[in-house]
Amino acid sequence: MLLFTLFVALSINFFLPRLMPGDPAQAMLGKMESIPPEQLDSIRAAFGLDNKEPLLAQYGHYILNTLKGNFGVSFSRFPMPVADVMRIAIPWTLALMGLATILSFAIGTGLGIAAAWRRETKLASATVGFFTFVRSFPYFWLGLVLIYFLAFKLRIFPIGGAYTVGLDRGSWGWWLSVLHHGILPALTVTLSSIGAWLLTMRNNMINVLAEDYIVVAMAKGLPLKRIKSLYAARNAILPSVTGFAMSLGFIVGGGLVTEMVFSYPGIGYMLYQAVNAKDYPLMQIIFLFIAAAVLVANFIADIAIMFLDPRVRDGAK
Amino acid sequence: MIKSFLKTLVSNKKSLIGLIILGVFILVAIFAPFIAPYPPRADRIVTIIPVGDPSRSEEQLSEEYPSANEDLLTIRATTVTEYQKHIQYFPLRAKPSPQHILGTDQAGHDLFSQLVWGTRVSLFVGLVTGLFVTLVALALSLVSGYLGGIVDDVISFFTNVMLVIPGLPLMIVIAAYVTMRGVLPIIIILCISEWPYPTRLLRSQVLTLKSRDFVRVSNALGERTSFIVFREILPNMISIAMAEFFAMSMIAMMGEATLEFIGLGNVSVVSWGTILFWAQTNGALLSGAWWWFLPPGLAIALVGTSFVLINFAIDEISNPRLRKR
Repeated sequence: MLLFTLFVALSINFFLPRLMPGDPAQAMLGKMESIPPEQLDSIRAAFGLDNKEPLLAQYGHYILNTLKGNFGVSFSRFPMPVADVMRIAIPWTLALMGLATILSFAIGTGLGIAAAWRRETKLASATVGFFTFVRSFPYFWLGLVLIYFLAFKLRIFPIGGAYTVGLDRGSWGWWLSVLHHGILPALTVTLSSIGAWLLTMRNNMINVLAEDYIVVAMAKGLPLKRIKSLYAARNAILPSVTGFAMSLGFIVGGGLVTEMVFSYPGIGYMLYQAVNAKDYPLMQIIFLFIAAAVLVANFIADIAIMFLDPRVRDGAK
Repeated sequence: MIKSFLKTLVSNKKSLIGLIILGVFILVAIFAPFIAPYPPRADRIVTIIPVGDPSRSEEQLSEEYPSANEDLLTIRATTVTEYQKHIQYFPLRAKPSPQHILGTDQAGHDLFSQLVWGTRVSLFVGLVTGLFVTLVALALSLVSGYLGGIVDDVISFFTNVMLVIPGLPLMIVIAAYVTMRGVLPIIIILCISEWPYPTRLLRSQVLTLKSRDFVRVSNALGERTSFIVFREILPNMISIAMAEFFAMSMIAMMGEATLEFIGLGNVSVVSWGTILFWAQTNGALLSGAWWWFLPPGLAIALVGTSFVLINFAIDEISNPRLRKR
């Protein structure tokens, strides 16, 4: 399943540009008008677009090359291999998205538990309402609003980028500037995705709280805290972890756009630049990487469920 | 069935608020020409004022042609009135003012008018995509869930595969290759990346319904398949399909805005996404022009919230446990 999905992602990468009218060399010429049309062929040759092989053979070569880790050369950063471009971008995205996802999962799930436990209170409905509204904001627009108020008006945070240029890479000051630059984009992703966790968790929790074993536990006079965390929350969190897989695609997508707004040098911003420069090899590797990352995250979620769900855990033994 | 469903929606406080917000936006979209003060892409007002030609007044004419008859002179004098074309250009990048309540953009277009007209495209793309995706998902889920067997295996396999391929990057990559720019390509792209979610959800609903007693009885009685599918299973899927419709419309609206914001839409179409695109390319943010980029996002958020509110109510209707005790 995992492998097949990767295979589908690869196939999308391969067939999509070939299904569309026009060819990349021409598209590039459109961008760089100073190049005379006679050079079209040499451009095609330079980027390996002069292939006269049948489509299926090209497809086979493409898959083999990908398996070998040969992803081609970037159009816009010629002659840099796209794999090198990725190597620079990936750590930024991983750090930003990893942190934001963990934060939003923890805060959202915690708030969801609380909102279900005290669902009659005004505070609970207000929290649910607030995050529902925030969740309806487009990610990039929330980013724009945060930049406007916190970076432009109040000047607390930098407007974009990931670090202060000119500081020694690896020095304390540099790390501090990285943190300083990372807070706003991370806040954008966290704020937008809390709502999803909160609502899923709240609804699961309400469902679980209506179960008979909770009533029995209450009747036995067990401490409420124990019922809340060990009896209710633990069972309610399972669908939330499964939901993780479903919503991860959205979060990753939102994170990409957030990077574009903040000019944060991760793969989202790379994708933005690649799209604008019609840098197809770079676009392809980014798409492939994102698909693979989501797959791996799904896999991790499955393992997490094994640990959390005794039925699966014991069944596996 | 649908009637009673709508009745319950109106009686629920949350969904009523949601329906009202959505209704207001739909009205704005329909009556955009009457609400917007200017056409969305106008950068000037042209007024034509009739100006009598002073050199051709009746007295002057009678002086020039003393022999002419008086009636003829009158006719001449009235027909030679001239019209003056008075062009008033809108200011560029103007702040909010009584003439332009949300200011103007870099080309002098009135931003409030753009916001009003943009409602049309944004709502249209959202709702049409939502409807289309839901219909496709209903068809696929009924076929795969009810028939089962190898048809089900194939459909659910592809659903699951497409499900893990992240939607937004897929949209961006497809949109980058598509040379045709416009509303229709965006709708198609949105549909391609959205269909797996509702299909998977609706399929499991079909499976649950299939094992219910009333369907089993019909099966045992030898009812026609079309009767079981359309009269017994489909009516019970309306609430969940409606929920999916609103969820998918919201995602579509956001997806459209995102694609256009990145510049992958047709930037000459007036929609909320393209207003944000122009705001970003013209540095509205760093010139403090909040009136340029705040309203379109708020509009998207309001419509999105209305969809979510309606869905809350649908959830509560179909899951009694979520109702207030």
